Amino acid sequence: MADTIPADAGLRKGLARPSRASVWADKWIPLVVLSPSVVISLIFVYGFLAATAVLSFTNSTLMPRYVGAGFQRYIDLFSNSVWWTSVANLFWFSVPFIVLSLGLGLLLAILMDQRIRAEGALRAIYLYPLALSQIVAGTAWQWLFNPEYGIQNTVRALGFTSFEFNWLNDSRMAMACVVIAAVWQCTGFVAALFLAGLRGVDEEVIKAGMVDGASMPVIYRRIVLPAMWPVFFSVLLLLTHQAIKTFDLVVAMTAGGPGTSTWLPSYFMYNFSFERGRMGVGAASAVMILVMVVAILIPMMYLEKRAQKNAS
Amino acid sequence: MRPDKLVARIAIYAVLGFFALIFLAPLYVVLVTSLKTLPELRVGTMLALPQGLNFDAWGKAWSSACTGAACNGLQPFFMNSVYIVIPSVIISSMIGSINGYALAQWRFPGSEIIFTGLLFGFFIPFQAILLPAAQFLGMLKLANTIPGLIIIQTVYGIAFCTMLFRNYYVAMPLELVKAARVDGAGFFRIFWRIFLPISLPIFTVCVIWQFTHIWNDFLFGVVFSGPESRPITVGLNNLVNTSEGVKEYNVDTAAALITALPTLIVYIIGGRYFIRGLTAGAVKG
Amino acid sequence: MTGLSIRNVHKSYGNVPVLKGINIDVAEGEFLILVGSSGCGKSTLLNMIAGLETITQGEIAIGGRVVNDLPPKSRDIAMVFQSYALYPSMTVRENISFGLEIRKVAPEERKRIVEAVAESLQISHLLDRKPRQLSGGQRQRVAMGRALARDPTLFLFDEPLSNLDAQLRIEMRSEIKMMHKRTGKTVCYVTHDQVEAMTLGDRIAVMKDGVVQQLGRPQEIYDAPANMYVAGFIGAPPMNFIPGTLEGEGSGLVMSIDTGAERRRLALPFRPADVKARPGQKVVLGLRPERITAAGASTSDPLKVRVDMTEPTGPDTLIYATLNGKRTLCRVQPFAAPKAGEAIALDFDLSRALLFDPESGARLDGGLAG
Repeated sequence: MADTIPADAGLRKGLARPSRASVWADKWIPLVVLSPSVVISLIFVYGFLAATAVLSFTNSTLMPRYVGAGFQRYIDLFSNSVWWTSVANLFWFSVPFIVLSLGLGLLLAILMDQRIRAEGALRAIYLYPLALSQIVAGTAWQWLFNPEYGIQNTVRALGFTSFEFNWLNDSRMAMACVVIAAVWQCTGFVAALFLAGLRGVDEEVIKAGMVDGASMPVIYRRIVLPAMWPVFFSVLLLLTHQAIKTFDLVVAMTAGGPGTSTWLPSYFMYNFSFERGRMGVGAASAVMILVMVVAILIPMMYLEKRAQKNAS
Repeated sequence: MRPDKLVARIAIYAVLGFFALIFLAPLYVVLVTSLKTLPELRVGTMLALPQGLNFDAWGKAWSSACTGAACNGLQPFFMNSVYIVIPSVIISSMIGSINGYALAQWRFPGSEIIFTGLLFGFFIPFQAILLPAAQFLGMLKLANTIPGLIIIQTVYGIAFCTMLFRNYYVAMPLELVKAARVDGAGFFRIFWRIFLPISLPIFTVCVIWQFTHIWNDFLFGVVFSGPESRPITVGLNNLVNTSEGVKEYNVDTAAALITALPTLIVYIIGGRYFIRGLTAGAVKG
Repeated sequence: MTGLSIRNVHKSYGNVPVLKGINIDVAEGEFLILVGSSGCGKSTLLNMIAGLETITQGEIAIGGRVVNDLPPKSRDIAMVFQSYALYPSMTVRENISFGLEIRKVAPEERKRIVEAVAESLQISHLLDRKPRQLSGGQRQRVAMGRALARDPTLFLFDEPLSNLDAQLRIEMRSEIKMMHKRTGKTVCYVTHDQVEAMTLGDRIAVMKDGVVQQLGRPQEIYDAPANMYVAGFIGAPPMNFIPGTLEGEGSGLVMSIDTGAERRRLALPFRPADVKARPGQKVVLGLRPERITAAGASTSDPLKVRVDMTEPTGPDTLIYATLNGKRTLCRVQPFAAPKAGEAIALDFDLSRALLFDPESGARLDGGLAG
């Protein structure tokens, strides 16, 4: 009879003794393994974000003091002209930085996609700046922009003795220097992503276009580039994120100067929190940076998802 | 080749070559500057080749340049960075790999939520956690110490490592785990015997990325370190931007190159994996 | 003793039911096929037998032992997967012996078993290769070897041949059948391919929407399908479904057929008392293509049909015609095949005809063909 077979019939074959524990284990071990990371994330990410928000409603200066101050720190922040300068600077940094890296990166990617020789070497050359610390990049560009020894001096030595190039010390042009350095660092990355996207376009679609008699520029404009929207959104997302986080480069190149002409919100946060000992205002600015990231990134991630869906 | 095609090819190479020169120029300038003496700097342009291979500036940058009050060069900072980077890279990669394996191959109700929740740590601007993190390290008596920085770098590296490994393992058929379970293996044995042996490429990607990232970090370094624990990026910034006495540009550029050298070497050796890490970060799930 | 018994098994994901009360008993040594189109729940059922999915309700017993709460490793089963799921970093030898190693079989014994299994599958020369160095057919053999080495009470196969090309599939099919003959073990085999189901199974369970539509011997299912779904699923080319209206004539039943060349009433071989439909009701006549052949000298009453298209397959030629507005396939000898546009006289063998309800798909002829 079927039901009279003992439950451990398999043991003679060396089957593991069936135990509650092993059924339990298969179900819960993955969760147990993940739980330290979940706890860490709850403390170090979500907990700290909440703590920053709490701090921004307190009187904290040099040390955290949990005395409620209502919206006073935000009033301080919003009535601080340096904060508004930093926000405006972020705009004047981000827009040219993103436009130039996107444009130049796409150009390089399209050119590299033309079955050229030495593609690997070229890509390595365009990408190496990203392997460098922004502090290193800032140091290098500070040297290039140095009027006595750098580009100005070199062009003058070529005979153009009236050549003026002293942007780093010009409060209207200093941000342009930061933009140039940032574009130099990120363009290779943008090109690599676009190139991967171009390679991902189905070869047969391109062949079909050629059979239909379209020229290469037309094929790019009408077939290849429209298929690249998801990549485009990804890149835009990354560059925006990068722009808001930019901090090291400013420290290394200009230390915010001349005056406050290259202050960015990230620099403001650091400066107020750790150098001026105005922790409450620093926390309020940190919350505003988080709000910026979330407000810009979430709609863009949504658009990216939608673009990906449409593309597939 | 038709003449118009030939012209187009030449134009393509000309543009690509021009930009290659532009991209290389800063590295070239910094390198030749670091090999010149101060008087030599004053006479020629920045593009001029040095008169000889003169490593004096490198020596000074390494062991005797002043970074604020102390004048011991970059050497102590360099070693601090080494001590910070090695454990953080190892620990965060290991945690990331087992997390990624659990999330990709042992899906359970809520695993996607956990993944998204962890991934958020990769997106936040770190300014938003700096103040509580500093306070937290203070509470643990780890403020301004190397172990404190190791903890911070590891913790904030987990999100990226987890994502990297999860996206790698998610491409493996779920049937592998099924087959191994029928064969009688459990969670850890399947990881150890089946998934780890095929993970070398993704470990390389992860280690290269984490190494580059943590070595190059400045924000955590400047906020959480003290005089004895500053990483090399902070050291370089202090060296370059302390305005004491005569600016020695050759020493500054040598110091920049010393700071850049480890990540540049890694990039040259493992560039292929470096690019994979970048694109993995960009095309997340 | 039963090899495998599935009693009133249900499965749902949240509120979505996937299996709605499955009951199957498999005798020891029997070869059972679970067949159906994708999404019918057959793979879910197999995974539940293996212990890779939990059972929402009901009971599964392997070799008489209820296994509901046992993990896969304690169920004494072996499984072959569609993707083969060979461990990529292990050699063929390690792949085959991994399960034995975990069960703490002594090394000499493992070596003996691996070599015997490899011998029987003719993969001895591949033992030190890695899976990526193998062809599809070789991988398939290794996956079988891994299952065989374990000597389980029950073999599970999850679409093991669907990644192979047509020729290899036929070769491996007979290999599996031979393996079953040799070992005499119980097998539960999932496929979506009705040819595999017919050729391999002792019995077939045809599944749709989480329900077993019919469980029976292959010939039984072919000749007497329980409903229109089973009738259409089993058999290639598929059974013809000719719509029409049931009419009474004398003591028998007839149906009008419009062939494009003529219009005729065909006498149906059913007794009105057995048929669960009345004259005047809309029905579907099910007739397999091989029952419609070219009329010969002995054909008493040939039917003229206009040919839409022909498809030579070699042994015979398929003729496409339109009967009552529905495309219909007929199977004729190549020498008798006309050209498209011509007419041909056909012999309708209605002795194996079936009658279905056009709405529900249920059999109406009472199961009494002929």
